[in-house]
Amino acid sequence: MLEFDDIQHILLTRVPALTGRYEFLSFADAAGARAWLAAMTERVPSVADLQESVDTDKHWVSVAFTWNGLRALGVPAEELASFPEEFRQGMATRAEILGDTGANHPDRWVDGTAGDDLHAIVILFARSAADRDQRVAEHNELLATCPGVTVLSSLDLEALPPFGYAHDHFGYRDRLSQPVIEDSGEEPTPGSGAPLKAGEFILGYDDEKGPPTNLPRPELLSRNGTFMAYRRLREHVGKFRDFLAEHGDTVEEQELVAAKLMGRWRSGAPLVLAPEADDPELGADMSRNNDFDYKQMDPHGYAVPLGSHIRRMNPRDTGVNMKRHRMIRRGATYGPHLPEGVPDDGADRGIAAFILCASLVRQFEFAQNVWVNDTTFHELGNERDPIIGNQDGTLEYKIPKRPIRKTIKGMPAFTTVAGGAYFFLPGLRALRYLTTLPDSEAAA
Amino acid sequence: MAIPETGYFEYEQGRYGPIYPRTPANYGFSIIAKVKPGHEAAIREHGQVIQAALEQDPTVLAPLRLHYLRWVLFDIGDGLTFQYQGIFDTDFDKYLDDALDLFLSTGITTAFVNLVGFPDDWRTNRAAAIEFFRKHQFPSFLEYGEYPYVTADEVKKALRLKAAFSNMLDEMQ
Repeated sequence: MLEFDDIQHILLTRVPALTGRYEFLSFADAAGARAWLAAMTERVPSVADLQESVDTDKHWVSVAFTWNGLRALGVPAEELASFPEEFRQGMATRAEILGDTGANHPDRWVDGTAGDDLHAIVILFARSAADRDQRVAEHNELLATCPGVTVLSSLDLEALPPFGYAHDHFGYRDRLSQPVIEDSGEEPTPGSGAPLKAGEFILGYDDEKGPPTNLPRPELLSRNGTFMAYRRLREHVGKFRDFLAEHGDTVEEQELVAAKLMGRWRSGAPLVLAPEADDPELGADMSRNNDFDYKQMDPHGYAVPLGSHIRRMNPRDTGVNMKRHRMIRRGATYGPHLPEGVPDDGADRGIAAFILCASLVRQFEFAQNVWVNDTTFHELGNERDPIIGNQDGTLEYKIPKRPIRKTIKGMPAFTTVAGGAYFFLPGLRALRYLTTLPDSEAAA
Repeated sequence: MAIPETGYFEYEQGRYGPIYPRTPANYGFSIIAKVKPGHEAAIREHGQVIQAALEQDPTVLAPLRLHYLRWVLFDIGDGLTFQYQGIFDTDFDKYLDDALDLFLSTGITTAFVNLVGFPDDWRTNRAAAIEFFRKHQFPSFLEYGEYPYVTADEVKKALRLKAAFSNMLDEMQ
């Protein structure tokens, strides 16, 4: 059984938040950092806590650490060495593997997350801006009492209007396809496949290949934890809308182009099930909007282009070993809403998300490397993911169509990576363990 | 295409090590390792295992997106050596990922456990298994492709097209 009382809530549950804030912290003093963590540990709800109080709570906190952060807290060298190499190196060091080159290079990240002095993140989700501001003020008061703990940068999160459903700045409905963890109590929606073994997402449990192996030591530290890849993706809304206008004469044509890039209409309706016209009712119906495959229902991509975002991020029955590459996504939008028809004001807006998985290299890096940025994905030859792939203007996008496919040359980049990091999200017992590390073991 | 001794032209980090380039013959490898003394029969038995697996399920190796694989045993005077050479369409790291998953799910395992240095805990220690393959991969110094950069899927698609045209011409008689 899953230890709901020890797993941080963010791993298993999505809270009903409309705002939030990420605070990226640096530790210059191990004792100060542990004092901060001791206070924070009392504020981090477990899955069990959340199940009891989610309807009444107004804010929810999670805490995670980089490898440098664990070192700064004083985790002994032998335990630090037991973490996987990709986590020890960090996301910025692995930029080449992830396709974070050119405009996406860590040198251009805006939030300080590429540096070795990033040690921890506080993830705060709240029902309202007032709830958020109150918690931020309380956190600032705490920081003032913890020597050497400083805020490197922060990011405020805001849901976008209309608030009735989650969607990004481009207008695409979000949170439609997520893997379900076995024994979590959650039921997969039709078409989502069977629940996956907990060990694919939570350390210490059997995964799809059997009992867990090579976990970070000690078990107290790793059990009920997981790894998180943080990605801050700036969305260039003006450029996106200009692109749609360039490739569609009417609103209907533009909506079809947008749908072909994603593989779903912006309403969430999947093109496999609604290939000709949008069906918002289908898009909002969780019992139907994920119930499709590709090999049987759309083998040639006449509905969903082979290189579209959803086909790359979850190739379903056209992928190999799919159970070993799934990920849980949490996050939110940031920056001001840009209403339709309003010229782009150049404001920084986008998505700041976490990809949670037991293996950063087998799950997150695989997806970036093999699905998002591989130009030969599905024999396409000269394409990357049209939404989040690294685009430099030299690549194309092919939309299968009878009798002749449409090829769009010189694809622009609609998103730019503006920050990122690898974090370890410990269980609650592990958080308490980290607060008890002796001073003598603390690394500088 | 002449290839440097390193196996790559410029160092580019992949998920498990340097990325080896796509050549006119597509991606591939040559894994060469010593056979544990007395294990020759076990390795030769592996040929029967693979054949039986393919007879039972002709698509069993499809996830690897192969052009061909070749298994060789030879002795140059200091004991038996095993060579496993393959050409495929995915990059080296993805091939290793897919191959390990395939071995784990099908039980096609025996060849490598008979090689000196293959980790005993390979079923649970993916990093060690991948390190073995990378350590025992000997890059080509020259590769030639008569149909350069064409994938196995494209070859198969072309043959299907040929069959379709042939059928169409028959129907036109």
